[in-house]
Amino acid sequence: MSEDIFQGYKNKALEVLKKYNVRVWGQASIETTRGNFEGTVLPRSENDDDIHIVLKIITGYNIGIDIGTITNMKETGYKKANYKIPEKEFPTTPGLPSVKLFGTGGTIASRLDYRTGAVIPAFSPGELYGAVPELADICNLTTEKVFAVFSENMGPKQYISLAKAIGEEIKNGIDGIVIGHGTDTLHHTGAALTFMVQNSPVPIVLVGSQRSSDRPSSDAALNLMHAMKTAGHSDIAEVMVCMFGPTSDDYGLLHKGTRVRKMHSSYRSTFRTIGDTPLATVNRDKITPIKKDYKQRRNDRNVDILPYFSDKVTMLYYYPGMKPDTIDALVDNGYKGIVFVGTGLGHVNKELYPAIERATKKGVVMYMTLQTLWGYVHMFVYDTGRDMMARGIIPAGNMLPEVAFIKLGWAMGQTEDPEEIKKIMLTPINDEITKREPYNGYLVYQGGVPEVEDFIKKFRK
Amino acid sequence: MKKNKSPEITKFSPKKNYELTQKEVGYIPRKKAKKADYERIGFMSGLEVHQQLKTKEKLFCHCPAGVFHSHDDFNAEIIRHMRPTLSELGEYDGTALMEYKTRKEIIYRINNQTACTYEIDDTPPFKINQEALEYALEISLLSKFNIVGEVHITRKQYLDGSIPAGFQRTAILGVEGEIPLKNKKVRLIQLSIEEDSSREISDIGHTRVYKTDRLGMPLIETVTYPEMYTPDELKEAAEYIRFLNRSTGRVRVGSGAGREDVNVSCKGGTRVEIKGVSYNKLIPELSHIEGFRQWALLNIKRKLNDNVKDPTIWKIQHKEIDYRDFDLKYEPITNGLIDKYRILAVNLPDFKGILSHFTQPGKIFANEISDRLKVIACIEKPNMVHSEELEPKIIEENFTKIKELLNAKENDAQIIFWAPEADIPTALETIEERCKMAFEGVPQETRKSFLDGTTIFERVLPGADRMYPDTDSAPIPLENNYIDELSKSLPSEVIDRYNQLNKWGIPEDTYTYIFRNNLFPLIEKIIKTLKINPKFIGTFIGHKLKFIEGHYTSADKFEYSKIYDLFKYLTDSKLDIQLSKKILPVVFQYPKMDFDSILTSINFKSVPKEEILSKIPFLKQKYSEIKTSKDDKVAKNWIMGELQKTAIGNIPPDQLAQAIVQN
Ligand SMILES: [Zn+2]
Repeated sequence: MSEDIFQGYKNKALEVLKKYNVRVWGQASIETTRGNFEGTVLPRSENDDDIHIVLKIITGYNIGIDIGTITNMKETGYKKANYKIPEKEFPTTPGLPSVKLFGTGGTIASRLDYRTGAVIPAFSPGELYGAVPELADICNLTTEKVFAVFSENMGPKQYISLAKAIGEEIKNGIDGIVIGHGTDTLHHTGAALTFMVQNSPVPIVLVGSQRSSDRPSSDAALNLMHAMKTAGHSDIAEVMVCMFGPTSDDYGLLHKGTRVRKMHSSYRSTFRTIGDTPLATVNRDKITPIKKDYKQRRNDRNVDILPYFSDKVTMLYYYPGMKPDTIDALVDNGYKGIVFVGTGLGHVNKELYPAIERATKKGVVMYMTLQTLWGYVHMFVYDTGRDMMARGIIPAGNMLPEVAFIKLGWAMGQTEDPEEIKKIMLTPINDEITKREPYNGYLVYQGGVPEVEDFIKKFRK
Repeated sequence: MKKNKSPEITKFSPKKNYELTQKEVGYIPRKKAKKADYERIGFMSGLEVHQQLKTKEKLFCHCPAGVFHSHDDFNAEIIRHMRPTLSELGEYDGTALMEYKTRKEIIYRINNQTACTYEIDDTPPFKINQEALEYALEISLLSKFNIVGEVHITRKQYLDGSIPAGFQRTAILGVEGEIPLKNKKVRLIQLSIEEDSSREISDIGHTRVYKTDRLGMPLIETVTYPEMYTPDELKEAAEYIRFLNRSTGRVRVGSGAGREDVNVSCKGGTRVEIKGVSYNKLIPELSHIEGFRQWALLNIKRKLNDNVKDPTIWKIQHKEIDYRDFDLKYEPITNGLIDKYRILAVNLPDFKGILSHFTQPGKIFANEISDRLKVIACIEKPNMVHSEELEPKIIEENFTKIKELLNAKENDAQIIFWAPEADIPTALETIEERCKMAFEGVPQETRKSFLDGTTIFERVLPGADRMYPDTDSAPIPLENNYIDELSKSLPSEVIDRYNQLNKWGIPEDTYTYIFRNNLFPLIEKIIKTLKINPKFIGTFIGHKLKFIEGHYTSADKFEYSKIYDLFKYLTDSKLDIQLSKKILPVVFQYPKMDFDSILTSINFKSVPKEEILSKIPFLKQKYSEIKTSKDDKVAKNWIMGELQKTAIGNIPPDQLAQAIVQN
């Protein structure tokens, strides 16, 4: 109990609060060598120092008081606040598709505790309805929290339980599935679900937000609407990532879970299909396909859930001067599969060859992907490539490095036979390797060039 | 009193009603208003003074500060919609709701030179600009604020779109400061450092366009308590804060670099904020008119509550009308028809005499409704006509018909408005809402100012809930050593400077110019190092320089430090300082020209004193020949005039005059 009333304060600051008998949420009148201050004592963030006390002053701002300057302090009142998202019943509208939202811990919809700045996630249908009422015009929503982890902590375990939960929902007759997810590893999960949930009769849509929904300019609400629209109404029954197309509040893009990648640390339009075009655009009214071929929605309830994963797989980003012992160390530690991310057409230096040979002899399977992200691994062009293949490295076509890693883990979760693995790896499930790269599959325009500037000026990006 | 009492009911005249209600309110022009008039209405006012800091870069990114572009000079545009977020109580606050109702599409114009991905909220903030923080702290210390121990960056929500993130990053540096006015001290609530907003290019219908050059520039905001009880006092406070800011030499000057939000209320009224007033000289008129506008709204409140039994059930009635059934020859309506606008007639029960009730000089209550239709329902003005127009726009028969159509009673008033179909629900809601507010008195709102001192509705005043911590920034400790160090290098206080100018005998009408341009340090330096007569240099700068600035243009940038150079040159060359008056226009126009060349250009020749004086006897002789007056004074002046051209710069005028008398 005594812990709770000094929330986040430690050491010296805690002593000062105790000395003057002032609690967190207490109204305090503080005398200091810099003058007097008044306000409500707020909890202190765990990572901040122990020599300041945080006050919310009457004008709504927060300030910090240096405890070294405090000469006297008095609690003049106390008011603890407790906040909840208003729960309104999510209306059910006959005729609208039913959509299931799975929560994984990433907050797409949330609201803020204005005093502490803590984000309170909105998750239950009622809370979501309170935050984004437009959702009720799109679908009938149910939600389920599968687990709560940050995006960077999503891993094989989570992929597996998510895949199983999706399988259950499909059997139960849902019209579409949305998965709320942190954006950092959204594309890993997109790949994993593509492999683990095959032949789905309904859309499976992964969605996140690049700007938390406490801000008026957040992309969260619009992304959520786009995702629900896609899940409920789209004819595309694939695992997709649904995020902003341009950085403007305009339309969303639907990317295949196997070809998508987060390309900017903070932009709203960070997700891009690599080496191909996205599946479709989506706005609040409709889904407009870009690709003609896609897996169509069906009425049956058949789905193949393949929840396998081996954690004996790793990824090695090559750099010039890499020493063979890096490979040896992985092999010695029991890793059975390595995805190389090589330079150019898929290269590593000669110095590594002996280590690669040793790995192959120990039964480690190795695949080559590209640092360039765009293009195909071509190991026949130069001798080095042929040398590597001779030593056991298998080119993974134009599979994205992260996708190759996920797929190798998934494949090795099913078999240890290198030939079997190779067959799985090189047989595309949903375009993780494509036969051809369309001309517009690679578009990284260079700013400053007149025609590009012209384009940017005309089309709001 | 002995007017004939006609038994007939005189026809209602909106114009007369306007004049009558103006009298009821007791409105008087500011020039005639006395302290007692402000006491009568309980005038109270305060300020939020915004001032840009003169830093090289913006506050939270490394874009240059102070580089501006024309409207069409941009590289890209992006679109955002501002979505209200839930407040603490799980409700949307007033502004939020209003802004959301307007469904605005906000377009930001980005020029690569002045905005990066931070401004458009696609990159988190970088560390706060240390230069800006230091300048702001200097000003905080000068304003006697209690400096905080740790700076916490806070997000303040703005849904109008003026900031792409939907919030402004801002932080308090000090609380409880103080400034001295002539007759009192004014307490200051707080000083914050914050990022400046985007500049609006246009706001038409549902589209608002901003440019982002100014966005993110460091700005400070000094907030006073509402302790100014007359418009003049308010202006004095505004001037003092502005001069204090400028006295540091750390702030930007020029259009828009310093802006005031002026808060005004009257007894029984509400705090209304007049936003972004750039010229302090407008403050008295604006605050005067606002005080009386509120007083007028309270008069309306009284009348409505007298006439309406149960205000809680008061509501409007409306019907769509077909233009063919009426005689609506008014261009805005006929233009609207082209765009498929629909026309609605609205009845306002018991509002007769209210629509044409005085609110501001030349403005009536109906304007309050029209202004809100523009802002909230996005219907461009003119957006309505009504039954009490001061200058009727459509023939009166229309309203007779409309009264019938709406089953209106004698004491009702009517509005006809036209709008795109999609905006009609909001428009009706807006009309009803504003009328219902009239029963309550003065709505909380922010208003936009005009040069004539009147204001129009801008937005609903945001609630207190729109502040929350910025999770992207760590708190910044301000250690004692750092603050002590800053305290040591502060300029002297404006009030002390004021007293010093007085002591030097410099006339008071020069002070505003001197403080506005932060010229005190220059004057002090000239007096102290060159030993020039304070009164001379004071008037030279406060009168002569001010005049030159207003009437000449410079070929290159004219720096005030040139004035010091000028007097140093005169002193070093042992020339008379009167010559400075002849040099100033030239040096102002051609700041790069050296003083020797300037002297040549004004035909100045160095002539020994004796040579000039030796001409006096000859001139005296000449005067006696052409003598125009017997008065010795006239003779002296004539001789002075003859000698002036050569004398100036070589012999001070008082010495010359003396010599004429003596010779
Ligand atoms: Zn920038």
